[in-house]
Amino acid sequence: MTRLIVNGAEQVVAAPPEARLSTVLRDGLGLTGTKIGCDAGDCGACTVLVDGAQVCACLVPLGQAEGARVQTVEGLAADPMGAALQHAFQAHGAAQCGYCTPGMLMAAMEVLQASPRPAEAQVMAALGGVLCRCTGYRKIVTAVMEAHRFLDAPAAPLPEAGQAVGARMGRADGWPKLDGREAYGADAAPADALWLRPVRSPHAHARFTLGDTAPLLARHPGLERVLAAADVPGRNGYGIYPDIKDQAVFAEGLVRYRGDVVCALVGTREAVEAVRVEELPLDWEVLPPLAEPGAALAEGAPALHERWPDNVLTTGRVRRGDAAAALAASVHVAEGRWQTSFVEHAYVEPEAGWARRVGDRIEVFASTQAPYMDLEEVAGVLGLPHAAVRIVPTACGGGFGGKLDVAVQPMLAIAAWLLRRSVRATWSRSESMASSTKRHPARIEARAGCDAEGRLTALEFEGIYDTGAYASWGPTVAGRVPAHSTGPYRVPHVRSRARAVLTNNPPSGAFRGFGVPQAAIAQEALWDRLADAAGIDRLEFRLINALRAGDATATGQVIAASAGLPACLEALRPRWAALREEAAAENAAGGPLRHGVGIACMWYGIGNTGMSNPSTMRITLEPGGRLAFHNGAVDIGQGSTTVLLQIAADALGLPASAFALVLGDTDLTADAGKTSASRQTFVSGRAAMEAGLALRDAILLRANAGPEGRLALSDGMLTVDGRPLHLEAPLEGLGRFDPPTVPLDADGQGVPYATYGFAAQIAALAVDTELGTIRLKRIVAAHDVGRAINPLLVEGQIEGGIAQGIGLALMEEYLPGRTENLHDYLIPTVGDVPAIESILIEDPEPLGPYGAKGIGEPALVPTAPAIFSAIRDATGAEINRIPALPHRVLEAIRRKEGAG
Amino acid sequence: MEAYRRPGSLAEALALLAAAPAPPLLLAGGTDLYPARAAAEAWMRQERRPVLDLSGLPELAGLEDRGDHWRIGARVTWAAIRDSALPPAFRALQEAATQVGGAQVQNRATLVGNLCNASPAADGVPPLLALDAAIELASPRGLRRLALPEFILGNRRTALAPDEIATALLIPHAAPAARAGFEKLGARSYLVISIVMAAAVIEAEDGRIHRARIALGACSPVALRLPELEVALEGLTLAEAAKAVAPAHLAALSPIDDVRATAEYRREAAAVLLRRLLARLATPAMEVAA
Ligand SMILES: Cc1cc2nc3c(=O)[nH]c(=O)nc-3n(C[C@@H](O)[C@@H](O)[C@H](O)COP(=O)(O)OP(=O)(O)OC[C@H]3O[C@@H](n4cnc5c(N)ncnc54)[C@H](O)[C@@H]3O)c2cc1C
Ligand code: FES
Ligand code: FES
Repeated sequence: MTRLIVNGAEQVVAAPPEARLSTVLRDGLGLTGTKIGCDAGDCGACTVLVDGAQVCACLVPLGQAEGARVQTVEGLAADPMGAALQHAFQAHGAAQCGYCTPGMLMAAMEVLQASPRPAEAQVMAALGGVLCRCTGYRKIVTAVMEAHRFLDAPAAPLPEAGQAVGARMGRADGWPKLDGREAYGADAAPADALWLRPVRSPHAHARFTLGDTAPLLARHPGLERVLAAADVPGRNGYGIYPDIKDQAVFAEGLVRYRGDVVCALVGTREAVEAVRVEELPLDWEVLPPLAEPGAALAEGAPALHERWPDNVLTTGRVRRGDAAAALAASVHVAEGRWQTSFVEHAYVEPEAGWARRVGDRIEVFASTQAPYMDLEEVAGVLGLPHAAVRIVPTACGGGFGGKLDVAVQPMLAIAAWLLRRSVRATWSRSESMASSTKRHPARIEARAGCDAEGRLTALEFEGIYDTGAYASWGPTVAGRVPAHSTGPYRVPHVRSRARAVLTNNPPSGAFRGFGVPQAAIAQEALWDRLADAAGIDRLEFRLINALRAGDATATGQVIAASAGLPACLEALRPRWAALREEAAAENAAGGPLRHGVGIACMWYGIGNTGMSNPSTMRITLEPGGRLAFHNGAVDIGQGSTTVLLQIAADALGLPASAFALVLGDTDLTADAGKTSASRQTFVSGRAAMEAGLALRDAILLRANAGPEGRLALSDGMLTVDGRPLHLEAPLEGLGRFDPPTVPLDADGQGVPYATYGFAAQIAALAVDTELGTIRLKRIVAAHDVGRAINPLLVEGQIEGGIAQGIGLALMEEYLPGRTENLHDYLIPTVGDVPAIESILIEDPEPLGPYGAKGIGEPALVPTAPAIFSAIRDATGAEINRIPALPHRVLEAIRRKEGAG
Repeated sequence: MEAYRRPGSLAEALALLAAAPAPPLLLAGGTDLYPARAAAEAWMRQERRPVLDLSGLPELAGLEDRGDHWRIGARVTWAAIRDSALPPAFRALQEAATQVGGAQVQNRATLVGNLCNASPAADGVPPLLALDAAIELASPRGLRRLALPEFILGNRRTALAPDEIATALLIPHAAPAARAGFEKLGARSYLVISIVMAAAVIEAEDGRIHRARIALGACSPVALRLPELEVALEGLTLAEAAKAVAPAHLAALSPIDDVRATAEYRREAAAVLLRRLLARLATPAMEVAA
């Protein structure tokens, strides 16, 4: 028995004294506001205060907390400064997915208790040990510094009817993320649920046999079942594409990457955690792996899957004009090769969820970006009709593309179905990193030319994308990359090809940008060199070539409207000049630090590539006055719950506060499509607008009012122009939108996307030419978002995307088996994200709701190329092996010195 | 021994240790032990070794001046080192303390645990080598003291006997006007394992160096003092020190290639860090601090 004082109340707990305090708080005391992201001290999500000092609860044995005062997020509101801090987080948009938030809040409390008005450096030092993957930290730092202002300030009022679009409204789903109530994948399973633990291959490529598991079950009484391939009731395979279900739930005698699932243990938590690997009746025959695409493409290489004998999963192409001839005729030509690494999503919430069987239906509760795709996968592996499956997304602690693929869902469904018990699972951090999809490592060769005036003439692009062991989103990446390979510029002659190549690596899937960020690195580096060769300023060079409304893209699409890149570049021009002057002044002083300023642009097609991707939204008004917004779009932190509400509210003409929210449950909401490809604001937003307008029309019709009729709803009574409207039956507004596209032909010609986001970013930095380290000083980001439905949330996406771009550029490199945790795999901390200035350009998209497009992915794409542009500006060094770790930067500087 | 014991005295702890059939895990701040446990669990290689928790031993507490030396108890955390008023020679150690992990780790992790864990990248080792620290080990046979180089034998290897507990670090007094500093190189700002780190304690009179103690970490299985460089610095002015660093002084290093950097890079970066550290110690700001 251990006695603790938790949030002021004495608690006596019976857990073993070596148990982690985090586990005891969550499982023993039900305080699930304390999150677990790694169990290793690396993420800080579990930060609580013990006797006033911040600690990682996952590193504190219960025995050491005997008699201690423990403060968790659940107790925060009782403290005036704690409540003020929560308000500051809400007002500044400092929580996105909210998974890091409890840890951030508690870490911040340590410094606020000592200094209520802390300086930025103090805040940074206090938050240095908590990772956030969503926000880019800047809004968190501001919220902590400003917390004192909220000590007795009333909360900001919500926007009035008709004022929601364009308002800097706090998140509609914000508060549960600030007080610990939000239930993520690991937070809501019933107490009597069994635990599932997968057994994963430690080998990249091997054959195995699983022997008789009866002795194992006998030795561990709490172990109920060992599930393997033969137990799968339906199809033992899943995958993103309806015709490619190549990844087995449980491998059938052959594993293709380290992390592939061999079988799963189901039983009590103690039992599944007690089993050691050597107790399993497993015999391995280890096979040589195809470790990289070169080996997989080599003559005579064995095929990973029979279906793709040459190991090429997909080839995407765009051909327009005659690139070779145009290059030969160009005044200036630049070329290069680049290589990028596997990048891990590193959402702070590991994959988690639970499932239960309800009669002849199965219900799965999990952290996901795509409930309807989950539904299809679960139905497939169980061999059930879709109607027999219900998916209820839990709160999602970050996705970035990685939670578009199923993880826990099929296994949990199989276990719950067969055992007729609730079954839960949570991946450990290492397991999550080993098994989940990654950003494709790309090897790119590209050449481009321009004429004497700096007008681009042609581009040749060849990309080999390591797609890993299974298809996942590989075909999407291979399709999207060639369509984007010119970047947002007019290039009349293009020959572009991207191949997704199978290897014995973790499956590469969807990660913010679907392969486009890798391509942008190559394309923007070429433009810098061409600009220099032509003697044109790098920003002006981009402006000369920027796509404008009326221009044709390399896929032959004529961009009709909303092409705001010129406006972005023009908005950046004064900052560009000023930052370049500053850098020049600093360089004049000499020394090992060289200052530089870089620029890069991007475009990004919103929604699926040349494919239908509809969304349906529904708003209902019941006779009792209950107004409900049925929204099946999953908010993974990016803010769709708030943004769609703002759109629906203004379309209907009632304030956002009038709505009850019915969110993502496949039994209750229609298919909004997945949260990917930056499509929710544009596609679901338009559907939400249509739903609002439809309900408004229905109301006005019944009230016999004109189109300008003013609605009001109070105390369950709807009035139109001040006159009460009585309803006998519910009214409904249904909205559906599918962006118009034309599939690409064999030469990549067509209309792949209905609209594009555009952006340009400037990076200002200093390179330490003796150590190869980079110090970022500032990022200035100009984004054409069509219309900023919620500028606060748009800035949040930009800052978060930039932070991920910084990671991609400077530190992130996943090496299977070697950087499988968050201390060897580095993502940016609060100290790694510099000041960010966001400039929002609103060049309205006629198809979008109130002119809006998307922002989720665009934010990340230009950051890495802008950083490399700045490194080159500072030192002349060309970065072509990514990430630019210090030793690689130093090598590049030496190469340049050798050559120069 | 039971799965977990948290004795209230050193004598009791030593008795438990002596009586244990298999050596239990000695637990201090847990910031190395619990992450190691998570890594093992992820691949089903968890061990259930009994735990002997040292956090309740009064004999291991305290950070104090014992006249001719300082004693840092084995329970003293990085945060305590960071926040205590200590003589200038401790500045390297204190600068390291602000850069070990994040605030949560500093609040729990002990300096002695950092040494006992014996990672080549342990940030505590170079500053303590530069302070000529010794470690005190207790066992039923009594107390013994080992200089750090005799204690840390290799990557994750120490001279700790199965029946021993480290009780304290002992640090001889340095000249009151010593200058000391620590430089750490990593690929991000916080929570980063060092690619290279350097520590120096310099004693000078009238601007001339009469004793220099310099150590480098993460460039060899165990961090090393650089005696050739130390000798070369003797008699130089502080301002001349940075320029005196020569490749030959780093000959004893044996850096490796790993996920963080190449061996060649480490060797180069080590020289750069040393020069910068020595240059910084020559600045007037350091004098004010002293
Ligand atoms: C997120 C994170 C970041 C980190 N960053 C850094 C960093 O930047 N630099 C760095 O150097 N380290 C870093 N570390 C590791 C650092 O926290 C540890 O090395 C710490 O100092 C160990 O102390 P502890 O008290 O936590 O040891 P424990 O984990 O309790 O023990 C560590 C080892 O020492 C042994 N031990 C402990 N005390 C004694 C004793 N009195 N007698 C005998 N044996 C003993 C234990 O048996 C164990 O083998 C980091 C750790 C984490 C989790
Ligand atoms: S869960 Fe404790 S630090 Fe990540
Ligand atoms: S809001 Fe910080 S991890 Fe998502």
